[in-house]
Amino acid sequence: MKAFTYERAKDPVAAARAATRPGAKFLAGGTNLLDLMKIEVETPTHLIDVQDLKLDRIEKTEDGGLRIGALVTNTALSADERVRRDYGVLSRAIAAGASGQLRNKATTAGNLLQRTRCPYFYDTNMACNKRKPGSGCSAIGGYSRQLAVVGTSGQCIATNPSDMNVAMRVLDAVVETVNPQGQTRAIPIADFHRLPGDTPHIETVLQPGELITSVTLPRPLGGTHIYEKVRDRASYAFALISVAAVVQKDGSGRVAVGGVAHKPWRVEAADAQLPAGAKAVTARLLADARPTEHNAFKVPLVERTIAAVISQARTA
Amino acid sequence: MVGGAATAMAASTPSDAQTKRTTMPPDPAAMPVTMPVTLKVNGKDRPLSLDPRTTLLDALREHLHLSGTKKGCDHGQCGACTVLVNGQRINSCLSLALQHDGDAITTIEGLGTPDKLHPMQAAFVRHDGYQCGYCTPGQICSAVAVLDEIRAGVPSHVQADLMARPQASNIEMRERMSGNICRCGAYSNIADAMADVAGAKA
Amino acid sequence: MKFTEPAGTNPIDRMTVVGRAQDRIDGPRKTTGTAPYAYERHADAPDAAYGWIIGAAIAKGRIRSIDLDDARGAPGVLGIVTAGNAGPLAKGNFNTAKLLGGPEVDHYHQVIAIVVAKTFEQARAAAGLVRVDYDRASGSFDLDSALKTAPLVGGDSNEGNKAPAADRVGDFEKAFAAAPVTLDAAYTTPDHSHAMMEPFASTAMWKGDELHIWTSNQMIDWGRGDLAKTLGIAKDKIRFMSPYVGGGFGGKLFLRADAIMAALAARDVGRAVKVAMQRPLMANNSTHRPATRQRIRIGAAKDGTIQAIAHESGSGDLPGGGPETAVNQTQLLYAGPNRLTAMRLAVLNLPEGNSMRAPGEAPGMMALEIAMDEMAEKLGMDPVAFRVKNDTQVDPQKPDRRFSQRQLVRCLEEGAQRFGWSRRHAKPGQVRDGRWLVGMGMAAAFRNHINRRSGARVTLQSDGRVLVETDMTDIGTGSYTIIAQTAAEMMGVGLDRVEVRLGDSAYPVSAGSGGQFGAANATAGVYAACVKLREAVAQTLGFNSADIAFAGGQVSGGNRSVPLRDAAKSAPLTAEDKIEFGDLGKTFQLSTFGSHFVEVGVDAYTGVVRLRRMLAVCAAGRILNPKAARSQVIGAMTMGVGSALMEELAVDTRFGFFVNHDLAGYEVPVHADIPHQEVIFLEEADDKANPMKAKGVGELGLCGVGAAVANAVYNATGVRVRDYPLTLEKHLDRLPEIA
Repeated sequence: MKAFTYERAKDPVAAARAATRPGAKFLAGGTNLLDLMKIEVETPTHLIDVQDLKLDRIEKTEDGGLRIGALVTNTALSADERVRRDYGVLSRAIAAGASGQLRNKATTAGNLLQRTRCPYFYDTNMACNKRKPGSGCSAIGGYSRQLAVVGTSGQCIATNPSDMNVAMRVLDAVVETVNPQGQTRAIPIADFHRLPGDTPHIETVLQPGELITSVTLPRPLGGTHIYEKVRDRASYAFALISVAAVVQKDGSGRVAVGGVAHKPWRVEAADAQLPAGAKAVTARLLADARPTEHNAFKVPLVERTIAAVISQARTA
Repeated sequence: MVGGAATAMAASTPSDAQTKRTTMPPDPAAMPVTMPVTLKVNGKDRPLSLDPRTTLLDALREHLHLSGTKKGCDHGQCGACTVLVNGQRINSCLSLALQHDGDAITTIEGLGTPDKLHPMQAAFVRHDGYQCGYCTPGQICSAVAVLDEIRAGVPSHVQADLMARPQASNIEMRERMSGNICRCGAYSNIADAMADVAGAKA
Repeated sequence: MKFTEPAGTNPIDRMTVVGRAQDRIDGPRKTTGTAPYAYERHADAPDAAYGWIIGAAIAKGRIRSIDLDDARGAPGVLGIVTAGNAGPLAKGNFNTAKLLGGPEVDHYHQVIAIVVAKTFEQARAAAGLVRVDYDRASGSFDLDSALKTAPLVGGDSNEGNKAPAADRVGDFEKAFAAAPVTLDAAYTTPDHSHAMMEPFASTAMWKGDELHIWTSNQMIDWGRGDLAKTLGIAKDKIRFMSPYVGGGFGGKLFLRADAIMAALAARDVGRAVKVAMQRPLMANNSTHRPATRQRIRIGAAKDGTIQAIAHESGSGDLPGGGPETAVNQTQLLYAGPNRLTAMRLAVLNLPEGNSMRAPGEAPGMMALEIAMDEMAEKLGMDPVAFRVKNDTQVDPQKPDRRFSQRQLVRCLEEGAQRFGWSRRHAKPGQVRDGRWLVGMGMAAAFRNHINRRSGARVTLQSDGRVLVETDMTDIGTGSYTIIAQTAAEMMGVGLDRVEVRLGDSAYPVSAGSGGQFGAANATAGVYAACVKLREAVAQTLGFNSADIAFAGGQVSGGNRSVPLRDAAKSAPLTAEDKIEFGDLGKTFQLSTFGSHFVEVGVDAYTGVVRLRRMLAVCAAGRILNPKAARSQVIGAMTMGVGSALMEELAVDTRFGFFVNHDLAGYEVPVHADIPHQEVIFLEEADDKANPMKAKGVGELGLCGVGAAVANAVYNATGVRVRDYPLTLEKHLDRLPEIA
C-alpha cells in the first residue's frame, strides 16, 4: 500500500473540491478500496474520508419515492422497513451479497462503485487494461468462468460484481451527485455504469471530484419482487449470474441480470417479453452474447433462472 | 512484453506491473509519519499515533497486542478479523484505524477471559465449535452479533418473508454466519453452540 | 517401549478418562483469543521487525535483474534478502521446489525476496518498489497433454499411502474381457488448496548462532531438520516451536518459505523478524493436492461378485516430485481375484504437488466410489449390497494377511439403517420437493492407519500434578486433550491435574500431525512414558510394580494406598520413553473403515447442488475422545463437500499458475453449505495397532464423502457427472426441461 495523506471532509462540496487533487480518492466504507490498495491495484495518495458528511439517512422524496443517502450502509438499506415493503428486490439483492460484516461497513455509493472481481484484475503480474490501459487483457483466452458474456469488448470481459446494482437497475434508480463547483446532477442508473469498449478503466460517467450524495428510487412499483442469485456455494460468494425482477399480477414486469456484463444488464425489449416466458426474455436480453468456452453456460443459466423467477412470481 | 525478452506467449501477455515501475517512491518528508486516533477498546480509551495505512486489525494486533483478533486473509474473504464496532460486526482488516476515531471496539478479549467466559465462548467449548482455533474469535464475535441482528430484525438472504421478524433458526444462523470461514469445518457444532445460546433448537 | 505383540489388558482399558467426550483443555484459550499463534509472540520477540514476501511473477524462467535501490531507500526498511545475498542454501529433504527462488524460477509465486522494515506498512510499501525483470521460459502446464507421454511411477505420500508404479494380481485383462457386467469410466479431480485459516507464519530470532523460531508447522522434527539443512547449520542450534497451529491439512507438514525467510531476514537485519505469507500468494507459493485423471474398470459376475478391478491414475508435479497415489485404496478395499493398479506421473511446472488431507485416498475414493455406484446400477443391485457382497477380511493381494479389524459391512449396514436408505429410489430423478430434485447417495470410507515412532516425557511434580511434554502438535485435532486424557488415565489423576506442553523441539520427538497418524501414535508414546513413570513411582514408594493400581490420585497395592504426589515429595519424578513398532503392522493390515450417506437437493432450474443431510459411520479403533473425534469427522465431511461441489484451483495453462489464488476465488464451504451432520463411531478396540488400541480417524471422514455427494446428485437428477467439482454447468444442459 502506497503512503497517503488522510482527511475527514466536513461537507460534500468541500469533499468534492478536495478530491480534485491528483491522486485523491473518497473513502467511504473502504471494503473495496482498501482491499485493492493492499495489492496496489489502487494507489491513491490522498484519502478523503466522507463518513462525517451526514449522508446516512433514508427519506421520502416528494414524488413518493425514497432518497437513500450515499453513506447508508448495505445493512441499513436492506433492513429499512420501507425498502423491505416497497422495494423488496433491493432488500433481497443486498442481503444476497457479501457477508454480514461487509454489509455493515459497505455503503450505497461504494457499492455502486465496486470494482470487478476478475482474477486477472486482482493479480498485478497479469496484463489488465482496466488496471493499466493498453497493457492487454489476460482474461481473454484465460480462466473466464466468472466473466462477462455480453457487452464485452476486445479489451475487457470483466463483470460488475455488485448485487445491489442489479436491483437498482431494475428499479430505475437515479444517482445524485455534487461536483467541486457545488453543482448537482441526477444520473439514471442505466447511464451510470459504462461498457468496457476501448476504455475499460473508465467504469462510470462520474467526473473527477464528483461525489455521489444519494440514490433515489422512484415511487413503488408494486408487484412481486424477486432476486435470484446463482453461485457455487450457498453464501458469501459472488454471483455466477443473478436475476432481479419485479413482476406484476398480469405477468408484465421488468428484469435485470447480474454477473453477465460490465454493468447491471437490462434490455427494455426483454422486459416486454416477460409474459411470453423465459426463452423470449433471454433471447432479447442476451441477443448479442459472446460467451467464452468457460462461461457459455451462463446463457442457458440466465434463461432457466428467469424461468424460476417467472414461476415464483406466478405462485406468489 | 516485459522488457522485450520474455518468450512470446499465446493469447495475451502479463503486464509489467511487477517488473517496471515508473512511479517514484513518495517523498517521506511530504508524508505525515503518524496521525493520532483514539479507539475505545473493550471499554478503555486507547490513544494511538498511527501510520495512516494501519488497519483497525493491525492497530489491535500489532499496536495494542490484542492478537485474539486474527488475520486470516487481510482481504475481507474469511471473517477471522471480525470485531464489534459500536455494537456492529465488521471485518477489521478492511477498515483503517483512522476511520474509527472515538468508536467503541469490542474484541474477543473484551467478551470474556479463560476464567470468565462469555456465554457464547462457553457454548463453543461445550459444543466443540472450533478445532484449530484460528477462526474462532471471529466466529464468536460474529455469533454474538448475529443473535443481536436477528433480534433487531435485520433481514437475511434466506428469509422467506421480508416483513416477518427473523427467527434464530438453523438456516438463518448458518446464512448469517457465512462470512466466517472455518476450514476445519466446525460449522455443525457452531450452529449447535449458537442454538444453545439463543435458546432455540438447532 | 517396543510394540511387538497384540496389546493385552492395560490401564487404558479402564476408560475412565480416555474414551469419554471431554471438552478440549485448550478451549478456554482458543475461545478467548489468548492462545498465541506464530505471528503473535509479542512477549518472546517484542521488537520484531516485519517481513513482506515477494513472489515470482512468472512460472518458469530466470530473474534477469532485480532492482532493490528504491525499496532499500524507502522509509523504515531494514534489509532485503534475495537469493543474491542469502548465502548458500540447501533444499530440504521434504521440499520438491526450493523455497527461495532466483535466479532460476521454478513456479509462480515462488519466493524471490523478502523486504524487512520497522513496521508492517513500511515493509509492504517498500516491497512494491522492488523491480524485477524476468526471462520467461516455456513450461509444461497442461496435465492432460503432459500425461500422454508420462511414465509409470510409483510413489509414497510420506503419510502412509504408497503404491508401486504398477501392480498386478491374476490376469486383469482376461478376466475383465470375460466378465458379463463391466464398467470402464474416466474420472477427474482438480487441484485442491489446503486453504487453512492461519497463513504460513513465523517469528524468527537469533541468539548468537542459535535460532529460535515460532512457526506454524505440523511436524516439528521434520521442520527443524529441513530448516537446519536449508541453512546449513546444526539441527541442535534450532529451537523450533509450534504450540498452536491454525490449521494445516498437510500444507504445513513441511518447512515452508515463511520460516526460512524469517530466519534469513532476522539474520540479515540483526533482530527478530516476523513473516506471514500474504493470502494471495499461498495457493501458488505452497503445495497443493495434485489434480488426477483416473480410469477405473470393474468386471463382475451377474451376482455382483467382482472378478476384475483396475484403477489407473495420472497426475503431475515439478521435476523430482511424486504422483498422487490415488490408486492405493483400490488394492485393499474390495475383493476380486484379478487386479491392476498403475500410476503415471507427468512433469508440470505448476507449483509443487504434495500431501493434502488423506493424500491418495481422498481423490482416489472420489473416483472409485462413483465407479462402485455405477457398477451397482449396471448390476441392478443396491449400492450398499454391492459393496457388502465384495467385502474381504484379507488383503486381496496377499490372502494370508488379515485386516487387524475390518467392520466395513457393519458401517455400511448401520449407516443405511440410520439414514433411512431404504427410502431411496433406485431409479434416479424420481423425488421432487418443490423446485428441488432430491437424491440420496452413499460411499464406503477407507483410509489406512500407520504406525510411527512417538516419544514423550512425563513428570510427576511435587504438587502431584502431571506434566506431559512432547513435540506433538495440535492442529485442531485435539492433541492437547487426548494426551491429557491418556496421562490422566495412566497416572490415575483427574484431567485437571495434567498439564500438556506441545509443539516444541525441546521436547521428545513425536509422530507429529499428519496422515491421521497423530492421535494414536502420540498418545501411545505418552502411554509408554507413563508406564515408565509408573515404574518409577512404584519404586520410589516401595511398591512391587506388578500389581498396583493408579486411581483417584492414589497408588494402591496389597493393602497399602499412598497419595501419588508422595512419590515426588523430595524431587519431581521424570520419565521419558517412546513407542516403537515391530512387525504387527506388516503381519496385519491396519486400516480404518466407514460409510458416508448424504441427501442432496439439486435446483431443477439452476442445477445448483445443496446438501440436506449427512451421516458418517466410522470404525477406527478406540475413539479416545468422541467429542474431538466427531469434530474431526464432521470437518472432514465438510472438506469433502467442498471437493465435491466447489473446490478447484483453476489452471491458466498459458502462464502456468492457479488463477483463483485467494479465498474469494477458491471457494471452500461456508456455514450455509453445511447441514447438521451425524457421526456414529462403532465400538472397536484394535489390539494390533498400539497399546491405546486406537487408530486414526481425521482423514477417514474425508475419504468417500465426495463420491457420496456425487452419487446423491446422480440419484437426484439421473445425470452422471464424473468430473469434480460438480458445478452446475457440468449437468445443466442435461437436466429436465423446465416449463
